[in-house]
Amino acid sequence: MADHAHAADAHAHPNYVKIWGILVALLCVSVAGPFLGHPIVTLITAFGIAVVKAYLVAKHFMHITIEKRFIPYIILTMLVFMLLFFAGTSPDVMKKDGTGWEKPSWKTPAAHAPAAHEGAHH
Amino acid sequence: MTAAARPIATTRSSAGLATGKLAVWWVVGSEIVIFGGLLASYIMYRLAHDEFAQQAAHTNVWIGTFNTLVLLSSSLSAVLAHQAAEHGDGKKAARLLWVTIGGAATFIIVKTFEWTMEITHGFTITSSTFWSFYYTAAGLHALHVIAGGVIMAIVAAAAARNQELHRVELIGIYWHFVDVVWIFLFPLLYIAK
Repeated sequence: MADHAHAADAHAHPNYVKIWGILVALLCVSVAGPFLGHPIVTLITAFGIAVVKAYLVAKHFMHITIEKRFIPYIILTMLVFMLLFFAGTSPDVMKKDGTGWEKPSWKTPAAHAPAAHEGAHH
Repeated sequence: MTAAARPIATTRSSAGLATGKLAVWWVVGSEIVIFGGLLASYIMYRLAHDEFAQQAAHTNVWIGTFNTLVLLSSSLSAVLAHQAAEHGDGKKAARLLWVTIGGAATFIIVKTFEWTMEITHGFTITSSTFWSFYYTAAGLHALHVIAGGVIMAIVAAAAARNQELHRVELIGIYWHFVDVVWIFLFPLLYIAK
């Protein structure tokens, strides 16, 4: 029974090695981006490409687009929860002070952070 | 093995999907909230603290790149194992799963050396908020890599005997998710400096 169900689940497979090649090429671009020294370029090559890579893995390796329709909806719902969490907490978390409260430790540099002398570690 | 003796997750369908597969997708959904909360918190602190960039400058981008390549390659072998399992070739699926386990082991070994180097340079989990996030996020991810490797070994042992081949796809879904988490951790911890 399970074997039959499994056979029914079988689907056409794309060229996985080609997709892996694209993922590796995107990895190279995301690593090379910061060497241009432009923050916007770094943002796009690092995080924009991360989103593209995640989409490629989800689509071609996890086959999310050919799953039952409710599976991508479950995943999208979880991502929306994450955004709600961010939207709900970031206004407080990212502020140094507000009405009747402040974060003194945010207003002075962290004294316990390791100094830059360990910079040899690259 | 008769259908009656099979584990219930392989014989019962819920909402048109085998119960085992549905369970794995629920695990992935739950993990999105866990890692998503952690990463969202990191991003809030990263945007509010310029010191994060100074601390992130000490992470080794080449080690991070190598480990990303390892995980992407292990995802390739995992999906090829799924393809072999669909063709009923359990032995090939098992071999490819062992290649994936090799990727997991390589990732953990490299991570061990990386952390040793960082700790000996004075960057510990209590050094600063950045390093607390770094060790928590990368450590939680590493635990998922170890768990995936162990489960994959169990699945591979059965697949080598041409048993429970549907599980190859299930562990693959989990493994690709672990890969996706790293795809986001990599730029956050290694690239954005």
